[in-house]
Amino acid sequence: MNILIFLIPLALLLGFAGLAAFIWAIKSGQYEDLDGAARRILIDDDDQTTSER
Amino acid sequence: MNHDEQSVAAPVTQLETGYEAMAQKTDTEGHDNHFSLIVNVDGVHCAACIQKIESALKSEENITHARLNYSTQRLRIEWNGTAALANKYVRKIENLGYEVHPYQPETYAEDIKKQEQFLLLCLGVAGFATGNIMLLSVGVWSSTAETMGLATREFMHLISAMIGIPTIIFSGRPFFYSAYNALKSKRTNMDVPISVALCLTCLMSLYEISRHGTHVYFDSAVMLTFFLLIGRYLDFRAQKTARTAATHLLDALSGFATILEGKTTKRIPISELKEGMVLLLPIGSQCPVNGTVIDGISQIDMALVSGETIPADIKNGDPIYAGIINLQAPLQVKVTKKAEESLISDIVKLMEKAEQNQSAYVRIADKAARLYTPAVHSLALIAFIGWWLLGGILWQDAMLIAITVLIITCPCALGLAVPVVQVLATGKLMKDGILVKSGDALERLASIDTIIMDKTGTLTTGQIQLQGAYLPRAHKMAASLANYSRHPLSVALQRSWSESLFNISEIKEHPGKGIEAVYRGRKIRLGSRKWCGNQNAPVTDRLELWLHKEGSEPAVFYFQDSLRPDARSTIESLNQKGLKTILLSGDRYDIVADIATQANIRDYYGDTTPPEKFNLIEKHKEDGHKILMIGDGLNDAPALMAADISMAPGTAIDISQNAADIIFMGRSFSPVRRAYNIARKTQNLIRQNFLLAVMYNIIAIPLAFMGYVTPLIAALAMSGSSLLVIANSFRLKLSA
Repeated sequence: MNILIFLIPLALLLGFAGLAAFIWAIKSGQYEDLDGAARRILIDDDDQTTSER
Repeated sequence: MNHDEQSVAAPVTQLETGYEAMAQKTDTEGHDNHFSLIVNVDGVHCAACIQKIESALKSEENITHARLNYSTQRLRIEWNGTAALANKYVRKIENLGYEVHPYQPETYAEDIKKQEQFLLLCLGVAGFATGNIMLLSVGVWSSTAETMGLATREFMHLISAMIGIPTIIFSGRPFFYSAYNALKSKRTNMDVPISVALCLTCLMSLYEISRHGTHVYFDSAVMLTFFLLIGRYLDFRAQKTARTAATHLLDALSGFATILEGKTTKRIPISELKEGMVLLLPIGSQCPVNGTVIDGISQIDMALVSGETIPADIKNGDPIYAGIINLQAPLQVKVTKKAEESLISDIVKLMEKAEQNQSAYVRIADKAARLYTPAVHSLALIAFIGWWLLGGILWQDAMLIAITVLIITCPCALGLAVPVVQVLATGKLMKDGILVKSGDALERLASIDTIIMDKTGTLTTGQIQLQGAYLPRAHKMAASLANYSRHPLSVALQRSWSESLFNISEIKEHPGKGIEAVYRGRKIRLGSRKWCGNQNAPVTDRLELWLHKEGSEPAVFYFQDSLRPDARSTIESLNQKGLKTILLSGDRYDIVADIATQANIRDYYGDTTPPEKFNLIEKHKEDGHKILMIGDGLNDAPALMAADISMAPGTAIDISQNAADIIFMGRSFSPVRRAYNIARKTQNLIRQNFLLAVMYNIIAIPLAFMGYVTPLIAALAMSGSSLLVIANSFRLKLSA
């Protein structure tokens, strides 16, 4: 059962990594424009990259 | 200037905009002159619009950032250089064909954003904790102390506590805050028992750990938090859609106006208009303030203010009100009241007043909580006293049983009973083009007994249409002339004729009279009876336009605002359900009477002003009626707020869409019946859900009372009851 001492913290760590990613996503405003993201996927941005800075 | 004969369709010149004042200086590395600006952009519909706007801006040399938020339709631009560049960028977007409004960051919109982020964060943390704590719990439940070993089990319990307690403290905050606020104002709501149960679960589990007990309840508490937060978040999202529209409206009111200073014109924000300033009101624009006309003769559209469908004449010295649209010729208006004191603001104030009254409404879940909280808490108390004094056991054990009673009755199913059904119902209605802004709107809709509706644009389509058939040649001639006017009757004529037009010349619009042109050397007039009609023709209720060609008899065209196609059948079926229907309009009494007869409505009121509408609703409410108000105009907004529940068509102006609880799309009137039916069904399902939750309690409480409940039973019973409630709610999907 000693293995649990490693496995449980490891499982928690992975969970935390996911949570941290989620919190980062909220903080960086990725949930602010859900509709826009759905539409932006249709934009062909080949000609746009040159003017992108 | 001679106002009798004005050349038509003089384009309103693009005046100097005032966006440089709104550009904000931002600090970034390496650049001293870095500015940012946020504006609202109207007319963005698709990915191509996003690309068009963003790439147009990005092709500009100084722009460092341009991003359009599609959900809020707000564009953020950042650039290096001078503040005055803002005007150039805005004009560039306007030239692409989009309407740009200044955006003023209000604390309101910011608040909503913060709240949503807060809920989402709580939900994310609870979700993470639920997943991890369940991994441990499955192991603990599926083994006994012998197979697992005491030390391992306690280790598991400790880890559970380490995950559970911070999670409850962090993610439980929405419930704790709400419970605290309710208790502070001496009320109870559903969040009170939830908070008590969450806290007690943690405390008891800690106590169990300290005395090396067998049962800890952290997993149940965390799972409960997660489930409830899902419901909370869904509810919030549904309400947010509507609130975004509200902030748009405030932005539109904070646009620009053009004023005359000496001989030069200047564009200033509406909020800076002061008494005595001279405002230029171009054709087709909305008057932002109350004032007096000092130069110009025109016709105005009063629909927003009074609900009147027929344009009214206006001349020097006449008063003009905020919200009126200028139709025919440019006007100069002397401002008599600042924007915040004008009629629109009066209406907004009435709405605020009504909104305060409405918050007194008690949600069904809170009603249940009012009964539930004392019942559960006294049961727990009885369990404690009973076991301790009569059962003769240690007070610690008696306390344990009492807390178990509290936990097992924890209102998990009750907490889901309402939001799940409401989210399903709003989703279902959304598919039918009916937007419900909040879950409790359906609750209130289910309880109505009277429907009061506006006429123009609500019961009718709001579009004046040509009635009857006419000689093609006369029709074509009238349409050719109408093509040069923005008068609503002319617009209706234009719509009715889709073929080619005559080539007419020397077009002149005579304000208040009509339009005149020359065709093959002969003068043709299209306008009022007085100006070019047959004075002896019989007078009717209908709106009319006369066409007069030099040397021939005048011809008449009739117009009418028509009922929505299924208005009559919808009204009849609503009447059959025992609902009283009343027509309430600001339009002329005889027109209202005519439409009421067509729609089979027996009670009707005409010539009502916005305050009268408001008072009439208040009076009906005092008589004990529950009222649904349906309206679309500015003049309906206070009435919409005052009613118990309100609906507005999708064509309504922003302020009414904002005031209404439910918005329906399309030309048909049947969404009213549809929404009512679904609301009734929703209410039935909610009652059934409460019944299921109560039945579960009736079975579980005696078991807990007798001290038979283990964490496994508690967890099974809790999720079992929740699943049952969810499954029952989904029956809504099965019904048509």
